[in-house]
Amino acid sequence: MIEALQYEFMRNALYAGLLAAVACGIIGTYVVVKRMAFISGGIAHASFGGIGLGYYLAQYLSWITPVIGALFFTVLSALGMGLVVKRTRLAEDTAIGIMWSLGMAIGIIFIGLTPGYAPDLFGYLFGNILTVPQSDLIMMIALDAVIIGVVAALYKEFFALSFDQEFGTSVGIPTERLYLTLLCLIALTVVLLIRVVGIILVIALLTIPAATARQYTHSLWKMMMLSIIVGIVSVAGGLWLSYELDLASGATIILVSGSIFILSTVFSRLRRRKPEYAT
Amino acid sequence: MTEEVVKLEDVWLRYDGTPVLEGVNLSLYRDDFLGIIGPNGGGKTTLFRVMLGLVKPGRGSVTILGETPEGGRRHVGYLPQHSLFDPDFPASVMEVVLMGRLGNAGLFRRYGRDDKGAAVRVLETVGMTDYRDRQIGKLSGGQQQRAFLARALVSEPQILLLDEPMANVDTPMQAGFYELLESLKHKMTIIMVSHDVSVVSACVDKIACLNRRLYYHGTGELTKHDIEEAYQCPVELIAHGVPHRVFEEHIDR
Repeated sequence: MIEALQYEFMRNALYAGLLAAVACGIIGTYVVVKRMAFISGGIAHASFGGIGLGYYLAQYLSWITPVIGALFFTVLSALGMGLVVKRTRLAEDTAIGIMWSLGMAIGIIFIGLTPGYAPDLFGYLFGNILTVPQSDLIMMIALDAVIIGVVAALYKEFFALSFDQEFGTSVGIPTERLYLTLLCLIALTVVLLIRVVGIILVIALLTIPAATARQYTHSLWKMMMLSIIVGIVSVAGGLWLSYELDLASGATIILVSGSIFILSTVFSRLRRRKPEYAT
Repeated sequence: MTEEVVKLEDVWLRYDGTPVLEGVNLSLYRDDFLGIIGPNGGGKTTLFRVMLGLVKPGRGSVTILGETPEGGRRHVGYLPQHSLFDPDFPASVMEVVLMGRLGNAGLFRRYGRDDKGAAVRVLETVGMTDYRDRQIGKLSGGQQQRAFLARALVSEPQILLLDEPMANVDTPMQAGFYELLESLKHKMTIIMVSHDVSVVSACVDKIACLNRRLYYHGTGELTKHDIEEAYQCPVELIAHGVPHRVFEEHIDR
């Protein structure tokens, strides 16, 4: 690993992985405790529409890249999904299913409309952490900063939202706007993770580290910290394994993180006693 | 001087065209303790949601301490019927109780010293001081309910809404819970709803029946006819003789 780090692309990959681990540790914790895995999957897949749009618009506007397209498109589709889920009578999973596939379809159409070959399309779908440019690292730092800032400012509100939304409304916090804010943060995290593991695998890093961390703590804050650590270990370990064994980096990261989860589940089953009821 | 703290005038509400509340009128004064009984689906929880401004009635007006429900709800403590969906949720008793201070603490701010002080005091009141750092989902139903009562009380409300407070409380814990309510009833206006007549009759001063319409006689005079009209079937009758309340035999028609 140390020798691998003499290459700039490996260093960038590691930095990208660490930045992604921070975001997915914090936001993944909410995804797990508020049970938002499905809507997060929907947001992740809908982001493909933004990738396609980015390819298409890049012909006309030089500042647009697929990632920038994804950034705007994903935030908007997260807001759209949130509003459809909250304001209409459509069943939540149906609404998510529809927007999930609509987003992907838009992406496919725009990529088709873009003349020529979309060079790193595969990388957006399955991740290619080894090609993260410096500019993406800067964007990732900015997104992490936004995520940390918003969560720090709204920690107790997000806590109430996740625990008991109706009670939150009854004490006067704007739960719908908070929910939409949380969805936007999920969207930002998705964009951050696309480079690392790809659209298809984003949901793994939004759930596995947090689900692992949850086995060891009953504090939301500690769960975030612990899942950041699990994320870092997964990313660093997966990166190293993929380098040594010449495997796809994104998939290896997920497999490492999945293995950690399985081992941890077995371990905590073994050490778990019956729940204590004090009387 | 008695002050009208809750006033509902001709409140009508429909969900999907189905009437839930029909022409509900209610007025309560300071330190009233009203029990509302009625069948499941009779609109009890909806009535609370209307008072809290969580749903808007189709017609009629709701006044809480002279304000709109949204304005008045900072003076209202609420114990919802189903407070906890996920027993694995990473939250301590203290953190749950502090949620009751969200309206006091304000957006973007952390809980202050007075919020934490209030939480410590109500945990003492409900007898849960020793459990403050325990995970809420790992406690028994009765202990959870005490913690949620603490959450409802921590904002020092003038009105307390209790939705089926005994639903998850095992029988030995219930007596303690009644005592707790007894100690609160001279400090605030309390409304308690339950489908269980015995729960309500144990500690309230006034009783109403809700089955879309609210059958309520301000003085607490409630006839067998009223209850039967609310339930639309024969019911056990509560006699309003204080201090003892007596159940009559179930009468078949």
